[in-house]
Amino acid sequence: MMQAHSGQNASPLLAVRDVSVVFGGIVALNGISFDMKKGQILGLIGPNGAGKTTLFNCLSRLYQPSKGDILLEGDSILTRPPHRIAEIGIGRTFQNVALFPNLSVLDNVRVGAHSRTNSDIVSDSLRLPWVRNGEKAMNRRVEEILGYLELNDVAHTVVSGLPFGTQKRVELARALATEPKILLLDEPAGGLNHEEVYILGDLIRKIRDDRGITVLLVEHHMGLVMSIADHVVALNFGRKLAEGTPTEVQNDPDVIKAYLGSKDQ
Amino acid sequence: MSALQEIVDTQPIETTPKKYMALGNYASIVVVILLCVAPLIAKNFVIFQMTMVLIYAIAVLALNILTGGSGQFSLGQSAFYALGAYTSAILMEVGGVNYALTLPIAGGICFIAGYLFGLPALRLSGIYLALATFALATAMPQLLKLHYFEAWTGGVQGLVITKPDAPFGLPLSQDMWLYYFVLVVSMAIYVASVNLLKSRSGRAMMAIRDNEIAASAMGVDVALYKTLAFGVSAGITGVAGGLGAIAVQFVAPDSYTIQLAIALFLGMVVGGVGWLPGSIVGAAFIVFVPNIAEHFSKGLSGAVFGLILVLIIFLLPHGSRQIAYTVQGWVHKLRK
Repeated sequence: MMQAHSGQNASPLLAVRDVSVVFGGIVALNGISFDMKKGQILGLIGPNGAGKTTLFNCLSRLYQPSKGDILLEGDSILTRPPHRIAEIGIGRTFQNVALFPNLSVLDNVRVGAHSRTNSDIVSDSLRLPWVRNGEKAMNRRVEEILGYLELNDVAHTVVSGLPFGTQKRVELARALATEPKILLLDEPAGGLNHEEVYILGDLIRKIRDDRGITVLLVEHHMGLVMSIADHVVALNFGRKLAEGTPTEVQNDPDVIKAYLGSKDQ
Repeated sequence: MSALQEIVDTQPIETTPKKYMALGNYASIVVVILLCVAPLIAKNFVIFQMTMVLIYAIAVLALNILTGGSGQFSLGQSAFYALGAYTSAILMEVGGVNYALTLPIAGGICFIAGYLFGLPALRLSGIYLALATFALATAMPQLLKLHYFEAWTGGVQGLVITKPDAPFGLPLSQDMWLYYFVLVVSMAIYVASVNLLKSRSGRAMMAIRDNEIAASAMGVDVALYKTLAFGVSAGITGVAGGLGAIAVQFVAPDSYTIQLAIALFLGMVVGGVGWLPGSIVGAAFIVFVPNIAEHFSKGLSGAVFGLILVLIIFLLPHGSRQIAYTVQGWVHKLRK
């Protein structure tokens, strides 16, 4: 929580400005604004259908907002196609894991480094020296990440054969290989048991602390969000309900009404 | 950390993804030696057939890059094969270009054609893409018969090509020389293809095959790599077509019908989708098995061929790759 306070006056790393998304006649997001500071872990919460995933998909450029803007370090990301989001430093994981099932752990993470490397099909086919050197440098980075997330033992295993918890870590490794400034995590606790959720929480905090990566966490699991987030944004029916520290949001009467149930809880 | 440790400790099935698309060093050497020695003990007609096996292997490999690599289907490979064949034939007979020089030109033209075809194909996937490429395959023979091109293509008659002699006065028959020439070309293409699939570009293609949205989120330009896969596949098929024209010494529109495209598709399935060395097995299947079927029964050769095919699909759903993996398992056990 220290980061949140110390960075109070710095300009935001990511700024969501008055973002609205309309599908047909349905307003999925209605004028959402918030800032993310560097080094922050921001939790985005809300009941089902609140617009969390819609906002997430705007950030990863799968949806185009009907109104508003999203700025990374002051520059709009909305003019970029989805595949050019990784290169400016936005990495992501997926709800329910979206790995490349027929590739090994190593190759999955290598694909993560795609936007940080260069090549063309002719040089690749001929394995020219500069291609080989590039691969070597990339492999060193990839191995460091695999070691960091304790995935060395399964590096050569095809991911479809791995347990779900390990697949989640592979996905994190792949996202880290994109060398992100901001890591977008879409319900990372989904499908994990109680203990695994807390290990994940520690891991997310560790990634932020060791690597200085800002984290946006979209999550159902209240316990996880409240224990690791510095800042929480609560959505409901496409609107921002409340924003503040976990304690502030937890005690907000609107949030309690919409999401947390009765006040005694 | 105990749960994390537990996850790490559960050892899943260990695989060897490095050899995923290629043969090991020893196996490669054995195959190359066999391919080099084989024509020395074979009759001329068999040498010609083996040349055709290598040529079809190149075309099957090209389809393998497209389907096994990038996950796109094509029943239109015969069109690119035809384009390559006619490019080589016209350059040799009308333009007087050396046969070896016509191949890169054929490959280049087919690469461009494939890339351009890949652009509209981006909107299609799976069976719909297969249908669009099917249309390409059916249109090609008719396009080749068009009046406008008759001066070059020879129309329905086609073009006859002179078979090249062995250079530098080497004491090799035309068939033998052509075999070795094709062998060198096909080995070069194989090595380049393995390199490509193992590289950043190849990984991008396979990532697209496995999950387009995730690939895009990792910075992979999905449209670019899909069209490139089409271009590369068409280019390699074009080289195979050019070699085929030189080997058969004749090009005519009706040699390149949809039947050829289906044969190549079949070769890919029998060889093992996504397993590049399987291409030569698949090619041998489409060259030799129809003959074998005819051997059993002249009148019912088609039915016998079908029966053999069904048996293979039942017994070896992963094609020749399955045999290779089984043998690899035995070798491992023997070493232990």
